[in-house]
Amino acid sequence: MSELTLDEPGKTILLLGNEAITRGALEAGIDVATTYPGTPSSEIADTFSAIARDATRQKKDPGFYFQYSTNEKVALEVAAAASFCGLRSLTCMKHVGLNVAADTFMTYMYVGCRGGHLIVSADDPSCHSSQNEQDNRYFALFASAPMLEPTTPQEAKEMTRLGFELSEQLHLPVLLRTTTRLNHARGPITLHEMTQPRREGHFDKDPSLVTVPAVARANHPVLLKRLAEAEKIAETSPFNEVITVGSPKDVGVVTSGVSYTYVKEMAEELHLNVRILKLGMTHPIPRKMCTEFMASCTTLIIVEELEPFLENQFKALAFDTGAKVKILGKSSGHFSRLYEYTPDSVAEAFSKIFKVKNPFTSPVTSSLKLPRRPPSLCPGCPHRATYYAVKKAADKDTIYPTDIGCYTLGKEPPLQTADILLCMGSNAGMACGFSVATDQKIISFMGDSTFFHSGIPPIINAVHHNHDVVITVLDNRTTAMTGHQPHPGTEIDGMGKPAKLIKVEDVVKGCGVQHVEIVDPNKIKETTEAFKRALEFKGTSVVVSKSPCILLEVQRKRKARETIQLYHIDQEKCKRCKTCIGRFGCPALYFAEDGSVHIDPAQCNGCGNCVQVCPFGAISAVEESP
Amino acid sequence: MSKKISIVLTGVGGQGVITAANILGKAAVRAQVGVFVSEIHGMAQRGGAVVCTVRMGDVSSPLLPSGTADVLLSTEPVEALRNIGYVHKKTKIITDINPVIPFTVAVGGEQYPQTEALFKELSAHAQVFKVDALKIAKEAGAVITKNTVMLGALAAAGVLPFSPDVLLDTILEGLPDKYKDVNRKAFQAGMKALRNK
Ligand SMILES: Cc1ncc(C[n+]2csc(CCOP(=O)(O)OP(=O)(O)O)c2C)c(N)n1
Ligand code: SF4
Ligand code: SF4
Repeated sequence: MSELTLDEPGKTILLLGNEAITRGALEAGIDVATTYPGTPSSEIADTFSAIARDATRQKKDPGFYFQYSTNEKVALEVAAAASFCGLRSLTCMKHVGLNVAADTFMTYMYVGCRGGHLIVSADDPSCHSSQNEQDNRYFALFASAPMLEPTTPQEAKEMTRLGFELSEQLHLPVLLRTTTRLNHARGPITLHEMTQPRREGHFDKDPSLVTVPAVARANHPVLLKRLAEAEKIAETSPFNEVITVGSPKDVGVVTSGVSYTYVKEMAEELHLNVRILKLGMTHPIPRKMCTEFMASCTTLIIVEELEPFLENQFKALAFDTGAKVKILGKSSGHFSRLYEYTPDSVAEAFSKIFKVKNPFTSPVTSSLKLPRRPPSLCPGCPHRATYYAVKKAADKDTIYPTDIGCYTLGKEPPLQTADILLCMGSNAGMACGFSVATDQKIISFMGDSTFFHSGIPPIINAVHHNHDVVITVLDNRTTAMTGHQPHPGTEIDGMGKPAKLIKVEDVVKGCGVQHVEIVDPNKIKETTEAFKRALEFKGTSVVVSKSPCILLEVQRKRKARETIQLYHIDQEKCKRCKTCIGRFGCPALYFAEDGSVHIDPAQCNGCGNCVQVCPFGAISAVEESP
Repeated sequence: MSKKISIVLTGVGGQGVITAANILGKAAVRAQVGVFVSEIHGMAQRGGAVVCTVRMGDVSSPLLPSGTADVLLSTEPVEALRNIGYVHKKTKIITDINPVIPFTVAVGGEQYPQTEALFKELSAHAQVFKVDALKIAKEAGAVITKNTVMLGALAAAGVLPFSPDVLLDTILEGLPDKYKDVNRKAFQAGMKALRNK
């Protein structure tokens, strides 16, 4: 961690794209950083948190304030307020987080900012860890926000550092749009000197900040003027440049983000002669520069992942300027609107356009069929125990609206307790609707972090309208899926300082829920009974299933030098009924070649739940744990 | 144009594949060689398949085209085969021989291939070096040095643009003193394991 705070200008270190963004903010003298976690953005904030916690432990001041906010909208508002006081602030989130923060984001542009404010959106083409692959560049267009798109970790650091200056120059928050391949790429970073943070802000009152209709009407033209100013800056921005491969004549490529790296390498590999316009500032695009580039080409190839964001703008520009140029990209069928690009997909398109042989076709394939290896709930995960109990309590036709977190993995056999998923918080809202539309029983699921993020309003909705639903909060005391970040239900904040712990059950009772069950899912029988009672209750009931994520438990036990109890199967008693594997499905259990069932001691996390599951009492604690 | 070196690292979430890729990247920076590493986080912790790519030399992209890996280093044999699309005839596949059976075999009735068939298939496409990292790590003194063994084997494969010592120093730099000796031993045993093939 210390590497990230090194004050050694000129030194080169290897950083993850996300760490490079944090480093860039530190070099710019960041004052306030906020987030709600989400892959692929999480390490930006986790790095701030780690630096802050280190400082707290040593009773030092990290120089900035950092917060895991309850959701992205709140995160954006906290940082925006700091900016209004003249401080430099950063808010990072995954792409869908900006949907949650959109209401704030859109009008924020109308009032503009004072201290530089960088908003980092981490998009996820190919949905590596997301529910969609929306292209957030449209948010820049939609809100009239200036936007930067880095191609490498080094550029991510520089864009972050200089992005604060750009933001202050324009009085507009700047969107730094990244994608998974940048967030999770490592590359060499040359350190720049650190800037002292401002620390103390002051709020100067200004009537143009109160966006009543008359003010909003007056602010909109100001925004457009600022955007025109941004375009002027883009015309000479060092982030927009032309790179030459071979000896080009009249073919140009326009690209941005990580796609540039594939374009450059594949153009070299295929021995093409092209000029590449690499756009780092992609909103507003520098129309003069683009027009001149276009004028030097008879064919223009646009290479950008996901939507035809640049392509459509170049077509409009060609129309406006009467440019005689053939524009190839998505609508010509050479590039896809789907998924991440790869060197292969770019080489394939280039080989078709330039009519050259693609040396990278027909990769070898395996003639053996391989078993899939999807992620699964960990051995000993408390969510598995909850789901097992639910399946015992509920009838087959029960609908399970689910939500986003580790517990979504309950979708897989044998548990199959996930029937529909849209976005964070959607479980309970959908539960309400199902109760209106059908007589089927409904048990919905959300995690504790999800509960605080966006799960509370739909619970209030259920109570107010007396929807007959069971809403489950899987309270594992952490935001597990994204890397175990704290949330309002934990007693430590992102800076490692004591924080007020808010209990899920207190909130739920405060919302007026009449039937609340609090259970320990590791007591499977009692949990099953609790779900039966909740199902019988006519009206809204909430089950809070409370047990820490087993990874945190194992970590705690290791620190406290407590032994982790292992379990084994008595082969005499085992009837090979397969209940433990076939219905419960802990991945530490496996069949040996002779069909006997065993527990892999390297994987068992010692929850002991399989003991309760086995109908023949064949599973028991190993007497002396090694 | 100077040479490009592409290494693909694969394995199972929790086996330390991402850490190994990070170490290779750091070693390249130490040796002042250009480098990009790509990894996919997120699902890695929950026992899913993991792939990282490390590219060194005059490279722009963190990803490599199909069939251009110089080395495919795998901490699990089926994961090596799953990524066979990266290899060409002269690729060195260095793989741990110890299988990790995915839960889809127990729960979903899928098949884990027979060891012999698995290695026969790997050998049909590239040069295969089998390493019993578990056994070697145990002999060196600690099972947790398995990945150090694998990196030692990689260092002996003759494709890295820096000496094995640079890699070993990078591994040791991140470790508390009490673990240095056993890792040095593991690294050297890994190198020897590959040289003896
Ligand atoms: C709007 C939005 N923000 C962030 C995310 C990323 N994300 C996925 S799961 C999750 C939270 C999971 O925490 P919790 O609900 O406590 O469940 P757990 O993983 O601990 O079981 C987050 C933040 C998202 N998918 N959507
Ligand atoms: S990380 Fe924790 S919550 Fe997530 S699957 Fe593993 S045990 Fe369950
Ligand atoms: S005790 Fe049983 S259920 Fe719990 S982790 Fe071990 S094998 Fe899995």
